[in-house]
Amino acid sequence: MAKHHIEATVNGDAVEFLCETEETLLDVLRDTLHLTGSKEGCASGDCGACSVMLNGRLVCSCLVLGCEVGGQKIETIEGMAAGETLHPLQQQFLKSAALQCGICTPGFLVASKALLERTPDPTETEVRYWLAGNLCRCTGYDKIVSAVMDTAAAMRKG
Amino acid sequence: MRYEAPGSLEGAVALLAGATGDARVLAGGTDLLVQMRADIVDPELIVDIKKIPETRAITEEKGGWRVGAAVTGAELKEHARLRKAWPGVVEAANLIGSTQVQGRATLGGNLCNGSPAADSVPALIAAGAVTTMAGPQGTRDLPVEDVMLGPRKLALRKGEFIVSFLLPPRPKGSSDAYLRFIPRTEMDIAVVGAGVSLTVDGGGTITAARVGLGAVAARVLLVAEAAQAIIGSRLDEAAQERLSAAARAACRPIDDKRGTTEFRIDVAGVLTRRAALIALDRARTS
Amino acid sequence: MAETMTNGNSQTYVGTRTIRPDGADKVTGRARFGADFNLPGQLIGRVLRSPHPHARIVSIDTSKAEALPGVKAVVTRDDFADQSSEFIPAGEMMMNYKDVVRNVMAREKALYEGHAVAAVAAASVAIARRALKLIEVKYEVLPHVIDVVEAMQPGAPLLHDDLFTVGVEPKPEKPSNIAKRVEIKQGDIEVGFKKADLVIEREFKTAPVHQGYIEPHAALASVSEDGSTELWCTTQGHFIVRAHCARLLGLDIGKVRVTASEIGGGFGGKTVVYLEPLAIALSRKAKRPVKMVMSREEVFKASGPTSGATVRVKLGVTKDGKFVAAFAELKYQAGAFQGSPVQPGVMCAFAPYDIEHVHVIGYDVVSNRPKVAAYRAPGAPISEYAVESVVDEIAKKLEIDPIDLRMQNAAHEGTKAAYGPKFGPVGLEETLNAIKKTEHWNAPLRKWQGRGVASGFWFNIGGETCASLTVNEDGTISLMAGTPDVGGLRASLAAVAADELGVPYDKVRPIIGDTGSVGFNFLTGGSRSAFSGSMAIVEAAKQIKAELCARACKLWEAQPDQVEFSGGSVRPLGALAEKVKPMSVADFAKVAGKTGGPIGGVGRINAQGAGPSFGTHLVDLEVDPETGRVTVLRYTVAQDAGRALHPAYVEGQFQGGAVQGIGWALNEEYIYGDDGKLQNAGFLDYRMPVASDVPMIDAILVEVANPKHPYGVRGVGETPIVPPLGAIANAMEAATGIRFTELPMSPPKVLKALKEKGLSRA
Repeated sequence: MAKHHIEATVNGDAVEFLCETEETLLDVLRDTLHLTGSKEGCASGDCGACSVMLNGRLVCSCLVLGCEVGGQKIETIEGMAAGETLHPLQQQFLKSAALQCGICTPGFLVASKALLERTPDPTETEVRYWLAGNLCRCTGYDKIVSAVMDTAAAMRKG
Repeated sequence: MRYEAPGSLEGAVALLAGATGDARVLAGGTDLLVQMRADIVDPELIVDIKKIPETRAITEEKGGWRVGAAVTGAELKEHARLRKAWPGVVEAANLIGSTQVQGRATLGGNLCNGSPAADSVPALIAAGAVTTMAGPQGTRDLPVEDVMLGPRKLALRKGEFIVSFLLPPRPKGSSDAYLRFIPRTEMDIAVVGAGVSLTVDGGGTITAARVGLGAVAARVLLVAEAAQAIIGSRLDEAAQERLSAAARAACRPIDDKRGTTEFRIDVAGVLTRRAALIALDRARTS
Repeated sequence: MAETMTNGNSQTYVGTRTIRPDGADKVTGRARFGADFNLPGQLIGRVLRSPHPHARIVSIDTSKAEALPGVKAVVTRDDFADQSSEFIPAGEMMMNYKDVVRNVMAREKALYEGHAVAAVAAASVAIARRALKLIEVKYEVLPHVIDVVEAMQPGAPLLHDDLFTVGVEPKPEKPSNIAKRVEIKQGDIEVGFKKADLVIEREFKTAPVHQGYIEPHAALASVSEDGSTELWCTTQGHFIVRAHCARLLGLDIGKVRVTASEIGGGFGGKTVVYLEPLAIALSRKAKRPVKMVMSREEVFKASGPTSGATVRVKLGVTKDGKFVAAFAELKYQAGAFQGSPVQPGVMCAFAPYDIEHVHVIGYDVVSNRPKVAAYRAPGAPISEYAVESVVDEIAKKLEIDPIDLRMQNAAHEGTKAAYGPKFGPVGLEETLNAIKKTEHWNAPLRKWQGRGVASGFWFNIGGETCASLTVNEDGTISLMAGTPDVGGLRASLAAVAADELGVPYDKVRPIIGDTGSVGFNFLTGGSRSAFSGSMAIVEAAKQIKAELCARACKLWEAQPDQVEFSGGSVRPLGALAEKVKPMSVADFAKVAGKTGGPIGGVGRINAQGAGPSFGTHLVDLEVDPETGRVTVLRYTVAQDAGRALHPAYVEGQFQGGAVQGIGWALNEEYIYGDDGKLQNAGFLDYRMPVASDVPMIDAILVEVANPKHPYGVRGVGETPIVPPLGAIANAMEAATGIRFTELPMSPPKVLKALKEKGLSRA
């Protein structure tokens, strides 16, 4: 059958694309729109490496169909920096060495940004539970959690 | 594979009833997409119900709450008054998967996926929730405990889908709680799920109760004997023992990669007791 | 306290927490991992895998698949020449090309569920999936064997009829599933055990676990008509991939150019080839680029977890706590082909201790599971879990503090390890002391909470390394290394280069060169990349410094003893200093063309002198007696890094390894049905720790310099996964009074044990 023709907004830009029914938003982002910052770790919603914001909601893009997002607003890791200025979370992750191999980092950054926009002063427990859907195998989570808490504190200072 | 996103109940019913091959309802997609990728299902038609207003609304109805089948766990959590009235149902929906999954997963999908380990179902059963379905013969209501007949077996007829859930009105001094056992702290499928809803009078005596148990049988159980064990009591030690024993006795669990039979029975007794204590505490302070 | 080793430089960057040079790309999604590459006209490759754990492959009919429109190539065993038996290093383990070609594509038999049987390249994912369904394979299903002890029994289903146990006398006449028997001996344990006042003997069992890297295997191959082959892949060793692919496909090594993508985790699991030879074979046939990516299910079923094992330990000690005799028997399961890490398991078992009489035996056993690959200190976590558990039991029986007991017996400089070498300076005692000094060690505990301590060891390796430094015209430095950067290598090497040449850190730009651009490098494994890489960079810098001094002498008409390189410049000495001014690296760069041409250096070494790294871990946990659930409350790691080139990334290794160990101890395991099929081939039921499962991991950096490295560096990446299993088992014993001798200590097992002892009210 014919592909779906979808128009949506990705990182503030109007995009249009064709996709098969069974293609996920992750497939579309990576293979059609060439935004490979969101990663496929499992394709079953268990690792969070594909995390994006859909209409302001943190979701796994592997659990959304490409044909579902017509008229909707998608934000990926590629849209996190403001031009040449990295988001405070991106800067703090680098300062805190909160990444080793870096494959999970885009997912963690998108998820952490969603947390801080909703909860500017999270406790360590709140950070850990919010990020429980993002798997990391390299860092043991310690420096990631520190980076998020330190960024929250810095952002509260203004 | 076709994808349709009707804007009305009638439109959805017509599509589902008229489907010649396998047709699936899409709400959050957190089960359907995983099963499609794993080649477990290969639908010919996907009907996305999220554009139908009745499936997305949370409204008060005659003292109770009508919750659309396609409202997400995250949206339930953000609804302060619903959360206050039904903390157990809301926390159950927000234990499904991860923050990302809760951003999409719905009560309707969680029930219709047909897994006896579904997190929201024991809480909905304990709550006495009733589903409203739309189908070719019109709409009908069915209590949640009668919807899931077995693993992946639902009481829905061809062309029917769940539109909303009605959480019943109840008197002051009522609350609920849901606990599940998983080996990690998040992300696992429930090895046991226990939902308890109860009403307590001014003197501290439980006047009404319902208990739902998940992942311990081929369907999610409404355990009348467990409720009976605590109605009329103040949930003292003896009542707690009776409650645990009744919960254990109701279990018919399987041995699988998530837990042994013996383990599930033991933990069902423990969690039911703990959930009841939390529900009682919430009910007293509500 | 030994002076910090600096190789004569002032330390501006080494030992500090610089921002990694590849960081901006990693936090913006720009960095390209294995599946992020695409070529115009590329085809998608997919693999058909055996549904049976053990079956003879009678026939394969690919005709219908080949006829499907959009299918451009299909390969089977017929497309891979057989390989003669030849053992080669695979990371820190050994593999045999005869087995490799069979693991990459099944030949006579499918030996595990998931074993590759055929592969297709097609114009789209959908067509590739349909094509796989059209391939008809006739299997003759055979009985299978999964468990290592069962596989060792005579009469067990036989995987290879040409596998005769090596290392037993007399040589066996019949083939079996026991590939090898290895052993190490020191002294005479009969004599030793007679001296013991207390002997404890215990048997332990562990299940196979997976490295759990978040990035699945991925490769993109493009073969030209003249046979030159380009390959992008995610790997720990692109030179190794090149060698394997050249061998398996009959290509000249020089015609194969492999570019390592950024790697999303490896931990040993990406030291071998799976998709790469298939992608090349398909591309060669299709005459188009072929991209292949594993699904998560394929990663679990068809890559290389580590062994499950049975380990028996017998330790004899005097009543004062001196270890006098140590025996262990290890049975490790290798998966479908020989090559479990039983040898390093044997070597490391008792290595933290100075024991006069030691005897360790190991068996390498095949079974119908995926062929195991290295997993971070391969073999050691298993054997050291068993030993550390017995050490803990001894400490309790003798009422000796568990740290004091270890201290009393600790290996130190001069100790001869049972596996051969005499240790140089090592830091076990320092890590034990560091733990004992922590507030954690003395913090109060409540009922159902327990504290456990354990030590661990890994020997680390060096190996062949090439790295280059090039001085650009503007004085910036291009650094090319040749081992993929799993987490901080570029930052560490850039700091070394900056200090060596006296240039600002951000003027050094490191890249990982492809196999055509830099000389041979062994893979990243064995905790070697920072150790060896920094040595090679020091060598390259040495060459540059010598060259610049020579040019200065020409320019200044001076003798060699009138100039020296220090602080980033060639400096005139003595009277010459009144005549000429120092010239920096950048100054020379400006006039490079006029003074002899391009400036650079290449370090080509076979790094020797790798120093072992010892670690001690301390963990507090709490058990829920009604459900058996375990919560890790607090965790401290103290490990000897020799010299931390970049402290934050060294701490990161400690923390990451500790959490992998937590997962291994509590919840991770491969679960098979009686049908020999894997039941938990996904992240849902293969339960790795999530962020809410673990506390902060306090990391204490101990630095006992390795005298054989210019900066004192020791490899650190592997040791962190060795102590956690023992530490957590010891903490469980403290919390419950029960010694758990089987991993993982998952809630059903814990609750059952508690109930059997009458400790649970569940």
